[in-house]
Amino acid sequence: MNHSFIDEHSHIDSALSRLDARIKIISFFAFIFFIVFTAPGSILSFALDGLLLLTLIAFSKIPISYIFKRCLVIVPFILMTAFFLPFWQQGETIPLFQIGTFQANVSAAGWIMFQSVLIKGIFSVACLTLLTASTPFPQLLAALEDLKFPQLIIMILSFMYRYIFLIEDEAMKMWQAMKSRRAGGSRWLHLKAIANMLGTLFIRSYERGETVYLAMRSRGFNGTFKQSHNFELRRYDLAFLFNIFLALVSIKLLDNFLGK
Amino acid sequence: MENKIIGIKNLHYSYPDGTKALCDINLEIQRGESLGIIGSNGAGKSTLLLHFNGILRGRGEISVLGNNLTDKNLPLIRSMVGLVFQDADSQLFMPTVFDDVSFGPINMGMPRQDVEKSVKKALKEVDMLVSIKRSSHHLSVGEKKRIAIATVLSMNPQILVLDEPSSNLDPKHRRALIKLLNMLEMTKIIATHDLDLISQTCSRVVLMEEGKIVSGGLCPDFLAEAASLC
Repeated sequence: MNHSFIDEHSHIDSALSRLDARIKIISFFAFIFFIVFTAPGSILSFALDGLLLLTLIAFSKIPISYIFKRCLVIVPFILMTAFFLPFWQQGETIPLFQIGTFQANVSAAGWIMFQSVLIKGIFSVACLTLLTASTPFPQLLAALEDLKFPQLIIMILSFMYRYIFLIEDEAMKMWQAMKSRRAGGSRWLHLKAIANMLGTLFIRSYERGETVYLAMRSRGFNGTFKQSHNFELRRYDLAFLFNIFLALVSIKLLDNFLGK
Repeated sequence: MENKIIGIKNLHYSYPDGTKALCDINLEIQRGESLGIIGSNGAGKSTLLLHFNGILRGRGEISVLGNNLTDKNLPLIRSMVGLVFQDADSQLFMPTVFDDVSFGPINMGMPRQDVEKSVKKALKEVDMLVSIKRSSHHLSVGEKKRIAIATVLSMNPQILVLDEPSSNLDPKHRRALIKLLNMLEMTKIIATHDLDLISQTCSRVVLMEEGKIVSGGLCPDFLAEAASLC
């Protein structure tokens, strides 16, 4: 079966992929932090953030179209949460569109807020996509563990990465088996079959979980996850971290002095 | 030195829903022996295997190298009995081959440098050292089976327990598996329907039916007799 992997570009040898995964996590989360706390309407800040992001994408050698496609996935969710912002905010209004005698107005502040949320969301997802695409997932998990992220979350992520393809395979096989025996029948019957299929998939996943747990116990697992990782910080990693922070602080300062 | 490596006396086991899975099992396995367990589906082969390192706990006595299977002895017994599950995907639950093979030794409390040595040794034994950094889900079925065996070999077990090791393998990978099993010198217990695999890897065989051991004997003679029953 064909699968898409979240770290499918991690084998590309680039300035970004060679970095220590821990440094990458810290840098990208710091970047997201700065993006999130950018004041709404700070065009200069957003432009410079975008430029920094493009530079990092260039360094990673990952096709920009890949990052762009992944970012599009999040747009409907951002729109869903931010859609009413232009209508709820008070203050000065601006016309949005007119149909006949009906004119829709939105709040100017709300409109700026909406655009900012959209940009922040897209930039943040682009950062995370770049991070996960340029780092082999097992390395990412090891780095998270080294950075003292909660064990339970790391375990869930690890199992998700390991078993999502198997579950996808099982779903695909069931789908094919259903299609091969589907000759006519009402749409309602098909929907019922799909619902049953989802139930079966859940039960199979649950059973697999049980067997995996047995396999873990038989190899001495007692509830505590113990792993051994070898991370070594190099001057190159520290230089990257320093430069990222320098760039982010510079953007903030430039925005404060020039953006007003 | 005592030659008996596993002793089972009057073992009974019922699943929580009341289904009787094992009934009065008595079995002795000698050091270095390769024992085949055959029987039809639902005969209790896999359930019996799960008792060897205390994953399931029935009524009766089980001793491994003179140690009775008790809560206190479980870590020791699990380090001595390596259990390879039928479905390699259940055995390989970590993101990479290294993480999977090192899981057991780390849980045993092995120092980091020894873990690495042990992992490399185990992977070398199954001829998969080149895959040490690969993701488990990128492996073929045959490769997964070999890595699944390596996950327990890295714990240096004295007894290797395998559940249907040849299931889903093509002839080429099956031959490679038989060769590998014959190379491993520890005590082996293999539950399977594959009589050909048993004949090529085991010295003794027992036949299970409805949760009981109904007969057994030395390999070449007994298999001919049992072939008609499986």
